[in-house]
Amino acid sequence: MSTVTCHNLHKSFDDQPVVQNVSLSVAPGDILVLLGPSGCGKTTTLRLIAGFEQLDNGRIEIDNQLVADGNRHVPPEKRRVGIVFQDYAIFPHLSLAQNVGFGLKRGQSARVEEMLNFVGLGGLGERMPHQLSGGQQQRVALARALAPQPVVLLLDEPFSNLDAALRVEMRQEVRRLLKASGTTAVFVTHDQEEALYMGDQVGVMHAGRLEQVGTPEVIFHQPRTRFVAEFLGQTDFLPGEVTEHGVQTPLGVLPQTLPLASGTAVDIAVRPDDLRVLPDEAGNGRIVSRQFVGIAFVYEVRLADGTLIHSWQPHENSLAEGTAVSVQFAAPHELPCFYQDHIVPDKSR
Amino acid sequence: MGVTDFGNVRTLPRIKIELDQTWLRQRHWSPFHWLLVGSAGLVAALILLVPTYLLLRVGTSWAEAWQTLSQPRTLEILGNTLGLAAAVTAASALIAVPLAWLTTCTDLPGKRFWAVIAALPLVVPSYVAAYLFASILTPKGLLQQILYPIFGIERLPNFYGFPGAFIVLTLVSYPFVFLTVRSALKNMDPALVEAARSLGLSPWRAFWRVTLPYLRPSIAAGSLLVMLYTLRDFGAVTMLQYSTFTRIIYNRYLGYKLDMAAAMALVLVVVTAVILILEQRSRGKAQYARVSIGVARAQTPVKLGRWRWLGLSLTGLLSFWALLVPAFGLAYWFWRGLNQDWAVKSLGAAQTNVDSLLLLVEPAWHSLSASLLGAGLAMLLALPIAILVVRRPGRLSRLFEQLSYASFALPGIVVALAYVFFGTNYAASLYQTLPMLLIAYVILFIPQAVGAQRSSLLQVSSTLEEAAQSLGKRPSTIFRRITLPLVKPGMLAGAALVFLTCMKELPATLILSPLGFNTLSAEIWANIGEAFFARAAAPTLLLLLLSSIPLAWMTLRNN
Repeated sequence: MSTVTCHNLHKSFDDQPVVQNVSLSVAPGDILVLLGPSGCGKTTTLRLIAGFEQLDNGRIEIDNQLVADGNRHVPPEKRRVGIVFQDYAIFPHLSLAQNVGFGLKRGQSARVEEMLNFVGLGGLGERMPHQLSGGQQQRVALARALAPQPVVLLLDEPFSNLDAALRVEMRQEVRRLLKASGTTAVFVTHDQEEALYMGDQVGVMHAGRLEQVGTPEVIFHQPRTRFVAEFLGQTDFLPGEVTEHGVQTPLGVLPQTLPLASGTAVDIAVRPDDLRVLPDEAGNGRIVSRQFVGIAFVYEVRLADGTLIHSWQPHENSLAEGTAVSVQFAAPHELPCFYQDHIVPDKSR
Repeated sequence: MGVTDFGNVRTLPRIKIELDQTWLRQRHWSPFHWLLVGSAGLVAALILLVPTYLLLRVGTSWAEAWQTLSQPRTLEILGNTLGLAAAVTAASALIAVPLAWLTTCTDLPGKRFWAVIAALPLVVPSYVAAYLFASILTPKGLLQQILYPIFGIERLPNFYGFPGAFIVLTLVSYPFVFLTVRSALKNMDPALVEAARSLGLSPWRAFWRVTLPYLRPSIAAGSLLVMLYTLRDFGAVTMLQYSTFTRIIYNRYLGYKLDMAAAMALVLVVVTAVILILEQRSRGKAQYARVSIGVARAQTPVKLGRWRWLGLSLTGLLSFWALLVPAFGLAYWFWRGLNQDWAVKSLGAAQTNVDSLLLLVEPAWHSLSASLLGAGLAMLLALPIAILVVRRPGRLSRLFEQLSYASFALPGIVVALAYVFFGTNYAASLYQTLPMLLIAYVILFIPQAVGAQRSSLLQVSSTLEEAAQSLGKRPSTIFRRITLPLVKPGMLAGAALVFLTCMKELPATLILSPLGFNTLSAEIWANIGEAFFARAAAPTLLLLLLSSIPLAWMTLRNN
């Protein structure tokens, strides 16, 4: 039972595949975030669901009704899908009330007022859009999209036009409103922090493919592909070689046994909080630069073999650039290892 | 100023026609989409009918056509046409670029005033400018009569032929370059010149190495308009008896030598099309100059210092020639006209000056109604093309846009001729009816209309329409409630411009008007043909007033 189901979506523009083999489903009341760099196909996936683009191949069901496959295309206005755009797309010649009421039948002014109150703009219905701040426009766009009670709400990078402080405030607000109204939503963003905050489920897209879907915790801590690990968290990769006792790395042996033949080359994902850095004249690295970020220092360390890694250290651990250091594993959990860009052991194979 | 909308010419599409099956990539077309494509297809057919008919006509009488074209006279006409176009274009650019710079980037006193003045000759039809200048500057014209008592000058140099056509066409068409260059200068990011200065360039060198290259596309776009205007011009060259293609075609038409007229018309279309294509090719990588939206800071005007007097004299001198001289001529002949009619009355004729003015009511009404209908129809038929181009880009949309643009290569006299042939042979019921004239207006002014609508549609983000669609509205409802209200101001400005050009239009109006459908332009033309300058003055004044009303209204409303 899911509200939106996509099965093997394919879409090309001018013979250039943009979305390939994307399958996903969104449970009622859930927020699915599609996360990825620009050009990864996340917005196109959203527009396929909305019906603004036509599928080449695959199948989309909304509320258990087929809305698109290779032959059928239900137009957007018949899909009961709400959408909030990056530029909000507030109709500039209509008042707030007229904007919010646009998708409603005549005589539903009570619903308009209800929606304006819901997003905290009660009593401002007569205002014109140009009199609003960015955050208020955002709220109008949300109220307008939710007013006709869509089956699913689609949000296309809705916060990217806001400044940093307002963005944090709005994402809390929007998540609260979506949960309060029990809205099923698909949310597109390139901002990992936003994705981890907003999503009940997060899908990471890369080059038109959905690399992994899961809860934010799973996506962050158990990346299935090298790309997912790289995109979330400030991840560095250490070259390693499988041995009988673990994985041989520039930082010594990592005591994790992998189901691979000895001598296989792998990449180990290390995040800045997975490493310890101590001053050591005979150490395996040297501090190239340090950056003070308030609560901590971020050290950039060049290891003896030339690999660059980053490490967060508490601010009392202050080391000068050029200091010789020894870098050690300090993670309380296993570190993800990748063989040919896929996680080892890869249970999906 | 509402007239400044010529800026969008810069982004006209490249002429390149490709056909393949991705035309039909959009598999699910709504009825609304079919309506758009159908309407755009109709316009395309109307345009294509002109070259098709010319080709057929020339093809069936190939021997005669070849005989006409192979005469040395053809080469001479070709030389006249191209030479005039080149000279007028070069002179226009030379006048317009400094003028645009002076009125935009400097502290020239009263620069806003001068900017409006400099754009005004655009509303003057070429045949009007031609007869006003001719009446003043011919060897025994008004100027000679003024100069004779003072300096004893017996006659001025010859004005008819090339000199007159060159002067008149330059003075009425330089505003095309002026407006495109001025709009580019206004949108130019001041940081460009500042960066050049910080890299060690003097203001003068910065102008040559940064500003001028930046302006190149807009100069090219404006110059192309001037060149097309000159190639298409019929009124000035005919009035001033300079034998370019349009004049010869008209004379052949009047002499019932229709095969020869068609052969000449075909050559003119080919020449114009070649120029259009060459310009498109040479434009190539000039895309970099596309103006970015939103300039953060206002530009600091260049201080002219002592040079301001030179700047003022240049702008003043130009305004004197482009506006004051013809205005003086018009006032003089109007005054003469009033007195002349009194003279007629004293001989006992029934006509008074008031009567003669009343006689203009009917032509004025004809001009107004035909131009309003023509502008309305052109805008209406251009809208589907603009929507397809902006909202549903693809091969088919591009083809429609290119075709509408290609009608730039069809001079009024050629369109009129083709439709006369077509009307007399295949559509007798349409021949010499108002609809036929309106069709000609649509073909002639569709590029302008599409350009205006395209640029106003581009201002409306497509997400607005998508948002409305996701809220459950059908495309036609969205168009009525969202798109139309937002593009209305731009469309009205475009319509005002098309209306102005319809009012000024001469050859198609002369040839295709229904019998007895006398317009102001035809009235003027008939009188200047007989050198009755005094009688031409009143309809001229009326034409200028009426055709400027929508533009003035738009300008005032925007301010």
